[in-house]
Amino acid sequence: MNDFPLVFERGARGRRAARPPVTAGPSMAELLGEDALRARPPRLPEVSELDLVRHYTQLAHRQFSIDGNFYPLGSCTMKYNPKLHEDAAERFLDLHPYQDPDHAQGVLELLYGLQRDLAEITGMDAISLQPAAGAHGELTGILMIRAFHEANGEGEQRRVVICPDGAHGTNPATASMAGYDVVEVPTGPDGEVDIDAFEAALGPDTAAVMLTNPNTLGIFERRILRMSEAAHAVGAQLYYDGANLNAVVGRARPGDMGFDVVHLNLHKTFTTPHGGGGPGTGPVGVKAHLAPYLPVPLVGREGDRYVLERDRPRSIGRMRSFYGNVGNLVRAYAYIRTLGAEGLRRVSSMAVLNANYLRMKMKEAGFTIAFDRINMHEFVAQPPGGLRTLDIAKALLDHGVHPMTVYFPLIVKEAMMVEPTETESLETLDAYAAILAQVLERAEADPSYLADAPRGTPVRRLDETTAARKPVLRHAFASD
Amino acid sequence: MAYVPHTDGDVRRALEVIGVEDVDDLFADVPHELLDPPLDLPAPMDEVTLLAHLDALAARDQQAVPTFLGGGVRRHFIPAVTPRLAMQGEFVTAYTPYQAEVAQGVLQSTFEFQTMMSELTGLPIANASMYDGASAVAEAALLAVRQTHRETVMVSRAVHPETREVLQTYLWPLDIDIEVVDLEATLTTPVPTVGEHVAALIVQDPNHLGYLEDMPAMAAAAHAAGALLIAVVDPLALAVLRDPGSYGADVAVGDGQVLGVPMQYGGPAFGFMVVREALLRQLPGRVVGQTTDVDGRRAFVLTLQAREQHIRRSKAKSNICSNHQLAALLATVNMAALGPVGLREMAEGTVRRAHQLADALRRAGADVFPNGRFFAEFVLRTRADGATVRRRLAKRGVRAGVPLPAEYGIGNGVTLAATELTTDADIAALTAALRDVGELGPVAAEVIG
Amino acid sequence: MNIPDHLRFAASHEWATAPDDGIVTVGITDFAQDQLGDVVFVELPDVGRTLAAGEAAAVVESVKTASDIYAPIAGEVVEVNGALLDAPEAINGDPYGEGWLFRLRVDGADAWQGLLDADAYAAVAEEG
Repeated sequence: MNDFPLVFERGARGRRAARPPVTAGPSMAELLGEDALRARPPRLPEVSELDLVRHYTQLAHRQFSIDGNFYPLGSCTMKYNPKLHEDAAERFLDLHPYQDPDHAQGVLELLYGLQRDLAEITGMDAISLQPAAGAHGELTGILMIRAFHEANGEGEQRRVVICPDGAHGTNPATASMAGYDVVEVPTGPDGEVDIDAFEAALGPDTAAVMLTNPNTLGIFERRILRMSEAAHAVGAQLYYDGANLNAVVGRARPGDMGFDVVHLNLHKTFTTPHGGGGPGTGPVGVKAHLAPYLPVPLVGREGDRYVLERDRPRSIGRMRSFYGNVGNLVRAYAYIRTLGAEGLRRVSSMAVLNANYLRMKMKEAGFTIAFDRINMHEFVAQPPGGLRTLDIAKALLDHGVHPMTVYFPLIVKEAMMVEPTETESLETLDAYAAILAQVLERAEADPSYLADAPRGTPVRRLDETTAARKPVLRHAFASD
Repeated sequence: MAYVPHTDGDVRRALEVIGVEDVDDLFADVPHELLDPPLDLPAPMDEVTLLAHLDALAARDQQAVPTFLGGGVRRHFIPAVTPRLAMQGEFVTAYTPYQAEVAQGVLQSTFEFQTMMSELTGLPIANASMYDGASAVAEAALLAVRQTHRETVMVSRAVHPETREVLQTYLWPLDIDIEVVDLEATLTTPVPTVGEHVAALIVQDPNHLGYLEDMPAMAAAAHAAGALLIAVVDPLALAVLRDPGSYGADVAVGDGQVLGVPMQYGGPAFGFMVVREALLRQLPGRVVGQTTDVDGRRAFVLTLQAREQHIRRSKAKSNICSNHQLAALLATVNMAALGPVGLREMAEGTVRRAHQLADALRRAGADVFPNGRFFAEFVLRTRADGATVRRRLAKRGVRAGVPLPAEYGIGNGVTLAATELTTDADIAALTAALRDVGELGPVAAEVIG
Repeated sequence: MNIPDHLRFAASHEWATAPDDGIVTVGITDFAQDQLGDVVFVELPDVGRTLAAGEAAAVVESVKTASDIYAPIAGEVVEVNGALLDAPEAINGDPYGEGWLFRLRVDGADAWQGLLDADAYAAVAEEG
């Protein structure tokens, strides 16, 4: 049953919406040669402008978003995306990356300023704005560490990266892409890395330790200074996954904790839009000893001129084309300039306040809190007595709220990771807790209530098994 | 304070519920020597001040002038309806569509994107987009290495230099070798002999200098040695040029900026990867699949996730965690707005304008490189080095000339690009500016600045 | 929980038949397939590959997870169950029969004898 059309199923042969400027002239065959041309045109939609508008407007209505719905996804920092930032970005649209840098001094000054602001916020010495996403920043950071060890003649010896067992999957995946083996260390019963296991795992073969702080349980690693000392004592480098920076932004800095490399997720902490999955932006920061390895180019200053520095002989090279996701870098810059130091301090303070408040409310509603103590900007809960996280998540959808992150981190069974962020009011959190309480009540009264959820969404539970067994990844036209 | 709704009353109420006296009690776990360092950041600006500040910055950037820059990014027609639809709040502020029941907007539009990219490239399986064309090429090389178990890739020097740099960065940690194929005097790639140690041959068409390559011959050369052909393609050009599927490419990758994303000083746009059927399980990145819900409705869902980092962790195909969804959506809406006819008109307009430009410059005495098989861009040899020419032209109000890298060994020059937006007046302006800076005719006119 | 008596098991939830003319068949247990959920894809080892005991040999993917399958004893891969590529659900429906993964040529019966018997494996499965 197809109750909502694909764009290919709208319109009619011969319809069109936009008309580009048309240039008369010789045929393509004359200019390029017949052999260069395609035989059959691509089958793109043929819709009028109104067909087009109806389609994508109606599709937007089949979509939850921060603008429309509370979205407390742990580890994602779904804070409000200010509309002012869209206006900010508009001023920098018609810039070509290869235009003469002397005629791009405005955007270069902005990028230089952002490099400086992010260095200050993280307590690092140098910043690259190049990586396109958090995972991309991770790869950049680990590659720099590898280059560092090789330059010191220790490349062969140091083959291992250590991650906590609660780490996000990108951490070990990144380490593999960088040619390393991964060793996991366990989380202790207090929710922090097991310090004895950690110190035992360190050795002359350790290239790097990848940590998040607070960790993926939303708990601050209190022994961080001891951990960074231990890692440095064996000559390893310490890598900070910045996914959870919203807990401490403006109040504590990874550079001060002893980290050598940091990546930031501007789409989390600095509210550049998630966009339904991207583009993100993942700048990296380093201490001075790693600065020579940063990807090129960097934005530099010579007197009062801003320049693109390419002459860095020990750079790991390029991670992507051009300079970075500039459109989003402008948005992040606007955010930092709007908030200032005081505003950033307020962000983490209220993010942590909201998370602890919601923890209390969820406990009241009947949920188990995995580590029942003061947490930071997020916490992990579990459903009561035999109920499944998945089912509760589906029931929430009918109430117009997005579920929390489910089944992460892997080290907690039936995990629900909740991060409200600082941009939500207490009333929103109260309402969420009330909905959760209601869901539990109804689940107790009627076992099918959860199993049949959701009922009111545009589509209901999906057959993911068939989707994976018999993948259909594009539309099949009748003419196929 | 900006974007944080809490009043003092809210804070008091929350603290009471939590059971602590002070907000700072919630930070008790942070070692006190780490807490609240002084931060040297500029004072906060209100909305009016911030926009004035940004206007002042933007005023020092050259925009909205005749533009002849290519090198992987071009200024094309983007109808007003495209950004209005793609940038609706629901699309901009949504997260990754893990809860499919409330994410059909993102999921279905991505399925539409995958279909359109498959149609353009003539290959069946597209992922949901990647960071950019350059990293997509690097990921394609890694795919070929996994598929063939070979440890070398061959790449034409006419593949964008920045793409080759990224390839180098990605392949170095895994000890994969890169062999570079040098160009012929025509600034195209000779068909190489591909060794049996080679996982893939990577060729860009149109190449970095603008010229078309003999892709069917490249495919044959790769396949003769059991290697993959990775075609790096311009998706707009595919509205008129033969598609990678038709000449036997195994993987088609490239950058999608020209399909409806503003230039934005180089990003974000998106990369794309489309592969033949047999490579499905090696495909990195997200994919959206079609399925049904419990009531039998057609619906869309992220699928084949077991390949990805959040499940396979250290054994994932890639660490890639996201796609460039919103940029890909701009392209999807734009392609639907243009339709097959509009897209072809844009491509044809681009070709005709580029050739008109080359003809006009040649008539005016410029040293236009003598290869007529180009799509949007071609080489102009210059007396001064490319960066100097570009600066001089910028001072005369024209953005033109991507400097020719020295590695091509043809001396000083730039590439010039045109698109369907290029007007006669633009061409006249560039011609006049080149004359002013002494780049037309046999004798250099005196150049001021 | 189905744990056939005539098989031997590894703690990582693989089963192996007794060597028959030097050939052993390997698959995953009923417990394992239940934990995994609906199998969507299987990556099988190449025929001719030599595996050490405990070496990762195959991957079984469900919608939400992907599990490495380890060779319970050392041997050379002589046959793989190609039918699983089109019908991976056989692993769920018939894990000890149609859901077999690969066959190994092994050296003698000692290694097989050393694996867990049905009772010992039942204890492992209960814990896990």
